Formats: sequence, structure tokens, C-alpha cells
Amino acid sequence: MENIFSKYEPVIGLEVHAQLKTKSKAFCSCSTEFNAPPNTNVCPVCLGHPGTLPVLNRNLVEFILRLGTATNCSIRTRSIFARKNYFYPDLPKGYQISQFDQPICEHGKVAIGDKTIGITRIHMEEDAGKSIHDMSTDESLVDLNRCGVPLIEIVSEPDIRDSKEAYDYLTMLKQLVIYLDICDGNMEEGSLRCDANVSVRLKGAEKFGTKCEVKNLNSFRNVADALDYEIKRQIELIEKGGEVTHQTMTFDARNKATIPMRSKEEAHDYRYFPEPDLVTVYVDEKWKQEISSSLPELPHIKTKRFIIEYNLPEYDAEVLTQSRELADYFESVCKLIDKQSYKTASNWVMGEVMRVLNEKKITISGFNISGQNLAALVKLIADGRISNNIAREVYSEMLMTDGPEDTKQDPEKIVKDKNLLLVTDTTEIEEIVKKIIADNPKEAERFRAGETKLLGLFVGKVMKESKGKANPKTVNELITKNLGNN
Amino acid sequence: MSVTIKDVEKIAKLAKLKFTEEEKIKLQGEMNEVLGYIDTINQIPGLEDVKPLENINDTENVFREDVSEKCLTKEEALKNAPEKTENFFKVPKVLDK
Repeated sequence: MENIFSKYEPVIGLEVHAQLKTKSKAFCSCSTEFNAPPNTNVCPVCLGHPGTLPVLNRNLVEFILRLGTATNCSIRTRSIFARKNYFYPDLPKGYQISQFDQPICEHGKVAIGDKTIGITRIHMEEDAGKSIHDMSTDESLVDLNRCGVPLIEIVSEPDIRDSKEAYDYLTMLKQLVIYLDICDGNMEEGSLRCDANVSVRLKGAEKFGTKCEVKNLNSFRNVADALDYEIKRQIELIEKGGEVTHQTMTFDARNKATIPMRSKEEAHDYRYFPEPDLVTVYVDEKWKQEISSSLPELPHIKTKRFIIEYNLPEYDAEVLTQSRELADYFESVCKLIDKQSYKTASNWVMGEVMRVLNEKKITISGFNISGQNLAALVKLIADGRISNNIAREVYSEMLMTDGPEDTKQDPEKIVKDKNLLLVTDTTEIEEIVKKIIADNPKEAERFRAGETKLLGLFVGKVMKESKGKANPKTVNELITKNLGNN
Repeated sequence: MSVTIKDVEKIAKLAKLKFTEEEKIKLQGEMNEVLGYIDTINQIPGLEDVKPLENINDTENVFREDVSEKCLTKEEALKNAPEKTENFFKVPKVLDK
């Protein structure tokens, strides 16, 4: 059977909500703290009491402008808020303050590898509260702490063609919001939420197929799985002679399947209208300039610079620039070492350092070894003063110290105190070599007879005798010399 | 364009209100009167040059600094709720969102 799936092209657009890292809510001074006891971060404004007035948090605008600028959006000079009306108990006002026809950021684009994904719009809005349904059969409980927490919604163009691209796009967005320091990017905790619009069409067709909206994608894995399932479902439906109907689906992560949500009797009717309680947001050229000039070096630019400046493979550069802090750490190491050691430093950061971060589930800011001390360790290796094996031993010692202020973390000191320096003093090594040869006369005989592969055996014995401290290069030379002499 | 009883019913439903047949007819009449008034306004010459009024204030950029403050206690927050538990507002079960 010819693969039916290859005849079709999926068309995907993503709507991503990012919860902003502001200290206070969008329109009132309540704290945005996560996991506070229920209904303790609330005030008359976010509880929707009559007679209260919202006042916009400056950082909400500041943060969205950072992302808008970083994604090449055009920034609307004057934008307004709108009320999106719907009824739900976790929305006490009966409307969500959002933006409708005048979003603050529009027409942006981002690059995923060689591909460009368009950004339709990025707008500001507020989050709703949380309803708990499973406590009783006929009642729901409502916690309004999250009500009014600032969100931005990032709507992509339908430029995404498969689940891999969707995954990469999300990964890039996550990295970007973390770099810009506007959102913690934690999808599992709901700081990033994703809905997908999916349709399929025959390859070459111009018209889009009928789309379905898939909601509740709360992990990167789920997004990819849900898209794969939904694409397959639509293609199979069409192949069977059916027709895709516009509906909203939810993703059942356990069965890896999209299932239709119970359809509403009423179609969406949000009756948007301009929010009369908030004034126009005016972003002049000066503000735009301030934002552009205050942006940090963006991830893709940093990656490119790392490849050139530190002469690293693309893979290394991408791993090291995953987060600003990790990149800064790597650079603090490189500042103190020679050009020839950059790759060694990269191997250490990507290997031993990241292994510890993963094991301890911490970020580099919580890592106890300073860049300065790691640089000192790399230098010891580069200068041939310790071997890689001994370096790992020194590293373990460094890990057990309290932090960079702890003088015990200095690798020079560890190496001296524990007497771990490689012995390059030839007389000292030669003594050991002679002893080993004398102790193994039969093997020495066979070596001289041409069984040169026995060199390894001698090197091993000498290294063992020297407790791993003999410089392997020197050992090699001395054994060949001494065995040849006789 | 005139308002039908169906329109009245739809708006009532969105607003979670219930009306008797008699009330619906009354509301239909009132809504048509409002729309008739709008129709009259729409006949003013040169209206297409008038920008929609988005805000009656002339000011722009009224902001708060991003500082968090303690506001209500849980007890105060829940005080006016018709139904509550120790920690939560309690509402009749609504499932669809």
C-alpha cells in the first residue's frame, strides 16, 4: 500500500501563553507568587468587586516589548485593551482583560534552523483563577490567586509543518523568554501553555483544510504526541471519505490521543469591546529604543559567536548557550585560559558540570565550583601537570567544598596537598621503569624479541607503581629507551 | 435590522438571565428602540470621518510600578461569598469551559 500520509501536508499554528515573571499582578498590586495558600493573594480589583479600577503594571508592557522586539515584531505606537466576555466561575469580573484588534506586537518572525516561522501577534492579557472540580459531585471550589496574573499570548502564523518543527519552535520560544528574563519557561508548572491549530491538505494544495484546535498541551512531549495523533486522525478520516469538522479537542496524555471536548451549545461569542477602565498604552520611539538597546545578546547570536570566538563545534555552542547563565559561566572560564584549551573547557562544562547540575536538579547559579577554579583545573590539564583521571579526582574534591570562598576548592591546593602532580622528572620515573623491567625479565625478553605490544603492559605497571602520577608520555619514552638499550 | 425574540433569548442566555415570554417581548421592543436610535445617529453626514471613541480620558500611559503588596486576608476575601469552605469560594458545578 502506498503511504497515504505522504500525500498530505500538515499545517500547524501555535498559540502560546506565557506567564510573566512580574512581582505583582497585571492590574493590581497582589503578589503573583506561585503555590500560595488559596485565596490569599487577592484584592477587590482581582476579585472583581464593583467600583474597583485596574491600573496597568508597567513591567507587563516592558516585558512584552522585549519579546516583541526580540521576535522582530512591529510595535504598535498606541494600543488599547479590550474586554473578552464569558461566563465562568474562575473569572469573577465576567470578562477577561485582553487585547483584540490592536495588539501591541504584530508581524514578527523567528528562525528555527533555516526555516522562518511568522509571528502573527503578541498581546497582553490576564490569567483566570483556578477551579477544582474533583472535591464533590455537585460543587466546584475556586481559588482566585492566579486571577489577574499577567500573561502574554504569542500567536504564530500557520507556518509549522510537523510535530518536530512545533517542538523546535516551542524550545526556541522557551529559551527566548528565559533569556529575556520575562518568564520562567516552565511548561509543567503552567508558565508556558500551548494550544495548537491543526489542519491537513493535499501536498501542493493552496487552500487550508478545516482546522481543529487542540488544547491542554502541558509538556513539550505532549505537544509533539498530540500533533502526531491529530494529523494521523485527520488524514485517515479524509482517506475514508470523511470530512474534518471544526472542533475543539483536548489531549489525553495517558492514551496519547486527542478527544473532542463536549461541544458548546453556544458558539464563542466573546462580545469584545474596548476596556473603558484602562487608558491607551503609548510606546514612543524613545521607549522602543530603550528596549532594543537593553536586550541581552539573543541565543542564536550567542551560539554563532561561540562557534567563531571559541572555535567550538555547533553542537557545543548550542548546548553552552542553552541559558544565559551557563554561557556566562563558560565564558568566565575561557577568560582565564589559553585559546587551545577552549574545547577542553567546553568538554568539562558539557560533561562533568552539566552532569552534576542534572543530578542535583540545579542550575549553574546554584553550582558550587566557580568559573575561576574550573579554569585553574583546565589549566592544570592543559599544562600536562595532571592527567584527565586525576583531574576527575580533583574535581570530585572541589565538588565537596562549600563554595568558591572555601580555599579548599582551589585545584592547585588540592593537587599539592594530595601530592597528585604528574611526575615529569625523568630520573624519578626512570628509576621506577628500571625497577619494573628488572621485576619482569621474561616480558622484557619477549619485548626485545619484537613483541612490541607488551609496551602497554609495562606502561600500566609503571603508572600503577607511580600511583597514576607519572606523565604517560614520559613513561612511554623511558620504557622504549630502557628496553631498547639492553 | 431588528431584534427578534431569538436574539433576546441569546443575549439573555449569555448574560445568564431568564425571562418570561411577556418580558422577552418587552425587551425586544426596548432593544429595537435602542437600535433605532443608533440608526438615526448613523444618518449624520460625515460620520465615517469620526474615529471610534476608545476612552473618554485623554491621558495615556497610566502605570503602576511592579511592586507587590499584601491586600486582603483570606477571611476578608471570602467574607461576601454566598457559599464557601474554609479556604475556597464554592460554586455550583460548571464543567464546560
